[in-house]
Amino acid sequence: MEQIAPREAYGKALIKLGDINEKVVVLDADVSKASMTYMFRDSYPERFFNLGISESDIVGTGAGFAIGGKIPFVNAYANFLLGNAWEQIRISVCYANQNVKIIGHNIGASSGKDGPTHLPFEDISLMRVLPNMMVIEPADGIEMAKAVVALAEHKGPAYLRVGRVPTPVVTKGEDVFEIGKANICREGEDVTIIACGVMLSKALSAAEGLSKEGISVEVINLHTIKPLDKDTIMKSVRKTKGVVTAEEHTVIGGLGGAISELLGESYPVPIRMVGVRDRFGLCGTYDELHQLLGLTTENIIGCVKELINLK
Amino acid sequence: MHDLQPDFEQLRQACQRMRKNILKMTHRAKGGHPGGCLSAIDILGVLYLEIMRIKPDNPTWEGRDYFFLSKGHAVPALYAVLAECGYIQAEELAAFREMGSRLPAYPSNEDTPGVDMASGSLGQGLSIANGVALAAKLNGTEQRAYVMLGDGELHEGQIWEAMLSSAHYKLDNVCAIVDYNRLQLDGPLDEVKSLGDLRAKWEAFAWNVIEIDGHNLEEIYNAFLAAAEYKGKPTVILANTIKGKGVSFMEDEVGWHAAGPSDEELEKAIEELS
Repeated sequence: MEQIAPREAYGKALIKLGDINEKVVVLDADVSKASMTYMFRDSYPERFFNLGISESDIVGTGAGFAIGGKIPFVNAYANFLLGNAWEQIRISVCYANQNVKIIGHNIGASSGKDGPTHLPFEDISLMRVLPNMMVIEPADGIEMAKAVVALAEHKGPAYLRVGRVPTPVVTKGEDVFEIGKANICREGEDVTIIACGVMLSKALSAAEGLSKEGISVEVINLHTIKPLDKDTIMKSVRKTKGVVTAEEHTVIGGLGGAISELLGESYPVPIRMVGVRDRFGLCGTYDELHQLLGLTTENIIGCVKELINLK
Repeated sequence: MHDLQPDFEQLRQACQRMRKNILKMTHRAKGGHPGGCLSAIDILGVLYLEIMRIKPDNPTWEGRDYFFLSKGHAVPALYAVLAECGYIQAEELAAFREMGSRLPAYPSNEDTPGVDMASGSLGQGLSIANGVALAAKLNGTEQRAYVMLGDGELHEGQIWEAMLSSAHYKLDNVCAIVDYNRLQLDGPLDEVKSLGDLRAKWEAFAWNVIEIDGHNLEEIYNAFLAAAEYKGKPTVILANTIKGKGVSFMEDEVGWHAAGPSDEELEKAIEELS
């Protein structure tokens, strides 16, 4: 299966965006090689600003650019950016409702051997709780390119989650990407799997494997975690009456949390969450970490079977 | 910027009017930080009435200069000057801190005409000014960004990050003003956490520094002119001010950081200002 690093797709998409929209400016906090914004810098040096290792400052500067009519894409490692500058994002971006795009890099287990300090599994939660904020994690490189364009077209605060490691391409060029509109990737009857990011590819593998055992799984690509596409989710869950969520992120307040909140309030059905369980990562390769944290196709299959057994 | 020398007597009268409005607002709302408003109001008065290129009848005019009140708790002073300019009516000032009004307890760009940015969480304003100043440079306009910082606010680390950024990008269209009244919520700044030699610190960060008496309207006016003429570096105006300035029993008293005046205190204060 073809693989693309989300960050590479992001970097290339920014260059195209820079060409069609001259209001776009790119800010980086000394990680332009990792974030691949150096490609934008090389194409449009006058619209690229390195603010150094100053996450609070870069967010505020982004908000200033937005006041001045620009569309700033603000880049740094997700944990440092959202952790150090959460209050700046809360007030200068979200409360002020400024048109700032917050781009979190090296998400989840991306930085593998760098270990716990560099493995953000909490960023979706941190952004989800903020009013006016939108949260997006594309499934693959192809969807990443579409998300970048959509982000610039949407006026308002948004958070985009960008991974470093090449991941399988599971969407197609012709698939429609609309912010806030979940895509059904595979139709099924017995259980709904809702996934984002790299976990969508694992969800699809799980569905394929389960089909051989006669289990019919519906797979939803929830690239927009906020605002939730309640209609698509509810329609599927009313049919299957069982949900497995999958994310490269803590289940507390992330995609699993969001789905649990929705269904707990409006349509309680059994849920199993695949994701990080209230812990930090370790130093390890990307694959070792996914294994350690249970972010696997096998784990998704096991969760689906648990729900089948409850029926 | 206006070409003619301002009529400083008229300006002084406007500042006294705004002082009265600040006191009425904080009296009615039973709070709202009158001390730090009275230390800032002369600077805001000169800035809005004589310096900034603005169109109060068109608050979002694209060619405007920008002002950010980073010490957001002094928002009654901002509302007073917005009313003086005509962005809002003076009668509306009575709605300060009322639920659903356009004049909340801290600046909100979504609520108030003429307010370009929310604040209230200290430390964020200089970065904002840098961003809008960079955008102006990118657009090739002469627009300027003014930001007022509290002295206590300088404890916030983001300010120092942003000071580096302004200097690095040679943002001579940024003008920061420190309302240096030397008192903060818990007491004298020098007792809570001293700023040491503040002038030397800004100079070390490669800023052009102008020090003034922040209640002398002529000095304030000349400082803004000098800042606009200075090229290649951002300018900071260290404005030595007195918390509670203009009301005898409020001056230099830490107790007036947040509290509003009582009926009797309001009456006495208005009398002093008349």
